[in-house]
Order: sequence, then structure tokens, then C-alpha cells
Amino acid sequence: MTDLLEVRDLRKNFGALAVTDGVDMRVAEGELHAVIGPNGAGKTTLIAQLSGQLAPDSGRVIYAGRDITRADMAARVEAGLARSFQITALLPGMTVLENVALAVQARSGSSFRFWRDAGSEEITNAQARMALDEVGLADRAGALASALSHGEQRQLELAVALATKPRLLLLDEPLAGTGGAEAERLIALMQRLKKRLTLVLIEHDMDAVFQLADRISVLVYGRIVASGPPAAVRADPAVRAAYLGEEEGA
Amino acid sequence: MSTPATRTLAPRLSAALAIFVVMAAVPPLALALDDPFLMVIASRMLVFAIAALSLDLILGYGAMVSFGHAAYLGIGAYAVALGARWGVTDLLAQILLGMGMSAAFATVTGAISLRTRGVYFIMITLAFAQMAYFFFVAQSSLGGDDGVALQARSTLLGLPLEGDQTLYYTILGALVAIYAGLYRLTLSRFGRVLKGTRENALRMQAIGYRPFRYQLVAYVIAACLCSVAGVLLANLTEYVSPAYMSWHRSGELIVMLVFGGIGTLTGAVAGALVAVGLEELLAVFSEHWRLGFGLILVLVVLFSPDGLTGLMRRLGLRAPGLRNDGEGRGDD
Repeated sequence: MTDLLEVRDLRKNFGALAVTDGVDMRVAEGELHAVIGPNGAGKTTLIAQLSGQLAPDSGRVIYAGRDITRADMAARVEAGLARSFQITALLPGMTVLENVALAVQARSGSSFRFWRDAGSEEITNAQARMALDEVGLADRAGALASALSHGEQRQLELAVALATKPRLLLLDEPLAGTGGAEAERLIALMQRLKKRLTLVLIEHDMDAVFQLADRISVLVYGRIVASGPPAAVRADPAVRAAYLGEEEGA
Repeated sequence: MSTPATRTLAPRLSAALAIFVVMAAVPPLALALDDPFLMVIASRMLVFAIAALSLDLILGYGAMVSFGHAAYLGIGAYAVALGARWGVTDLLAQILLGMGMSAAFATVTGAISLRTRGVYFIMITLAFAQMAYFFFVAQSSLGGDDGVALQARSTLLGLPLEGDQTLYYTILGALVAIYAGLYRLTLSRFGRVLKGTRENALRMQAIGYRPFRYQLVAYVIAACLCSVAGVLLANLTEYVSPAYMSWHRSGELIVMLVFGGIGTLTGAVAGALVAVGLEELLAVFSEHWRLGFGLILVLVVLFSPDGLTGLMRRLGLRAPGLRNDGEGRGDD
């Protein structure tokens, strides 16, 4: 398998704190690559740099053979690299359908159109509905995003990301704050997605991670301390010391 | 929210239509009452409705709180004075001139202002408007601080805009056209992107937009539309002065939006009507009318933060049969 994403010696400091301290990472096309690590390991900061929200101090991000280190978020999304947010970032005053339709609109024609009613664009709406269908939110299309339950908002986050038609999707704790049936539905969805997308998954739920991941990288204090198939990572003594042991003890 | 086939007229649209119909009836009414002053006040209401509408596009839909929007009112007014000097007396040509000057000023100042956020945006737009203000104060050939009286009103397609009725209906026509255009715009793709950016700019970037471009275009459109109000205001008063673009004036435009409710367009129109009306009404009672004006503003902000639009919506909720679906903050 070829690498879709390659991260080389990525560094980011906040003041004296090295939040990303020389991260090297490869994500193969088609795999689900989980990034785990204790709180404060710099997982969200890493995602922010991969998605273009935050510029690294040094190092390179190579996506599909192209150096995208300096590309902005919009350019990365256009190239097929999308993300979801850990803290739900929706358009609260707009409907569920509009939230997704805007993502469809971004990749289908100009948005410098000033006259025609965007709400009556059949094709845009149909594609938005497909994304909603995929996450199981189709029946809530007309509701305001702010009126959704927490679990539904997590589903909508995914639907919006999917509507950008990504090739590589960065998922920042998609299960955060969900439980039971909601979490199971999202896990089932990720099972389906990994058949057609490359996924980078940041997640705290270890059961989900070991169930889903093809490969796991363990991030501790801004460094990758281990990377490999789940079984190997689970057995790695450095990982057990730094992370899993602590988790099991908790 | 948008099922065009079954959609009836949105409440805010019918409210705007009602306002336009009532305003269209003012000239005959003023004639019947033999009260020409009524026409003057109503004309002012309409002119400021245009200015407030244009501000609502960026403040209400784009969440760009400009404290310098009156600059474009002034630039529009000076387009009339400059036009007349250069022999350009046609209203449409003067509007184009005003729009051109406004677009140039807004593109430069907007591109810089949009690098800032929040209170800095407010302050930088104020600063640019003050620069425009002092620029015109310094033009002694245009009367400097005192301004300049116009020799005559503009002409429209060769016909002079004589008679208050002609001018009045010209202003009303411009208001209706601009309202209609902005109404379409807010429902369009562009309008959606603008609203999305208001809601969450980071999210918009994460789905592939560069919000800056859309915000800047909206900023320039709003400036151009406001300059139309300036052209009409100059014709109404037959006078042009830097006072049109003072920061008080910019503040008044924001107050109009607060009165009417931001981000609905109809609220901007209603707010301008109410604010100009109150100003005239309170001035009858006392020269300290601003005190009363301020008191009313405080009451509006405390008891109906969404202004008149919010008040109407709440009344609508209580009245059976007038159901409000509660979606889209009234901008559906």
C-alpha cells in the first residue's frame, strides 16, 4: 500500500512547551489509523496541523505526494483532506440540511451566485440528504442544528465532513460524550467508512480503537512512542508504561 | 424551511410589503392633510431605510459590525455634488459614480479591516470613516466643514426630479428594488456562505471556504447600496456636508438595526422608519429629545433584544393560526 499521508519531523511549540515534538507518521491509503495518547499528548494540535488550521513551526506534511505544509484549510479540503471537530463546530442557527448542503456547495460550482434560491437546488439537497442518510440523520433534516441532541450533533459533524467527499478524513474524537447506542451507531458507521476512505482517528475509547484500527500510533508528550498493528502496540512495553497501564488502572 | 412549492409568503416579506404599501400612500395623504412636512419626514425615513438595509447585510448577515457605514452615505452625497460640478446631473450616472467611489474605498478599507475581529473591526471601520470625514472637511472647494448647497436636484433620464412627489417615489422605488435584491441575495448561495460564516467561520474553512472573500464582497456591496441612499439624501436636502458621514450617523444606523432587529432586512426598514419617526416626534416635545430616544433604546434592548421583528414574532406565536416554525431566526 502507498502512503496517502506522510508527516515528517513536525514540530510546534506553544511558548516553551513542545506540543508537537518531532512527529513522524505515515498513513497508508485505505487504512484506519488511530492516534491515541493520554490527555495533553498533543493529539488535537496534531490534527489542527494536518488540517491546516494551525501552521507547524517546522517539518512537512505530504498528502498524495504533494507538500501541503503551507496550504490553507480550504485548499486541503479541495484536495480531499477533511476533518471533524472534537468540540462540535456546527452552524447552530441553520438547519441540519443547510449545514450539510453548504459543504456540498463548496465543491460544486461557484458560491458567488447572488440571485437563485440556494434552498431550491435539487442536486445539492439530494447529495446533502445522502450524507445525512449515511449517518442516520435524514429524518432530522429540517431541524435547527442547535436543536439536536449531543449525539445527533456528533452524527451531523460526520455528515458535514462526509459531504466534502474526502479521500482522507481526520476524525477528532467522534465518540466524545456519546454513550451506549449512540456510540455503537457511530462505530458501525466508521466500520463502513473505512471500506472506502482513509481515516485518521483520534479517540479515547480504547475498545473502539482496538476494534476499528488497522494501525495505531501512540502519542505521548508530542512524540510518537510506538506505531504498528493493534496487537503489537498493545504488547509494547513503552506504551503500557506510558499509557495503557494508566488506563487500565483507572 | 425551504420547500418552494408549498411556501407561502414569509412573514417578514409580507410585513415589508405592508410597509411599502403604507409608505406609497403617504404623498396623497400629505396632500389631503396639506402637510408637506409629512412628505419630508417620510422621504427621510425611506432614505435611511436604504442605508440601514445595506448595513444589515454586513452587520446582520455577515456579523461584521461596521461603525463607519455612514462614510458611504457621505460618499454618495458627494457624488452628487461632484457630479453636478462635472456636468453629470443624471441620477443614475451619479449613483454609478457614488457606487464606484464607494466600491474603491470599501475594497481597500474592507480588505484591511477584515484582518481584524470583534472590537478591533468596529474601531478600524470607525477610523476609516473618520478619515473620509476629515478628507471632505479639508476640501475647501466643496465647502469644507460647512458643506455645499446644490444648485438643483439631479435629473432622471433627462427629466428633472422636481416636485417632492417625484423624488419621493424615486426613493421608494429604489428602496423596494434594493430590498428585493437583498432578499434574493440572502437566500442565494452567496447569502448562505455569508450566514454560515456568521455562525462559525472555522467550520466554513473546514468545509472548503475562504470566508474573507465573501465577507469582502458583501462589504463592498453594502457600501455601494449605502451610497445610493447618500445620492438620494443629497437630492432630498439639496445640500451636501461632511456631517452625513460623521460617526454619530454611523451609530444611528446601528441603532436603527437594533430597533428593528438585525439580520432580517425587514427589521432594518422598520427600524429606520421608527428611529426617524421617533426623532421627529420627540423633537416636538423637547430639545432634549435624545434623552427620550436613549430611554426607548434601552427598553428595546432590555425587553425585546430582537427589536420589532422579535416583538412581532412573539405576538405571532401567541396568536392562534399564525404559527411560527421557530426556524432560521426569521430569515426564511
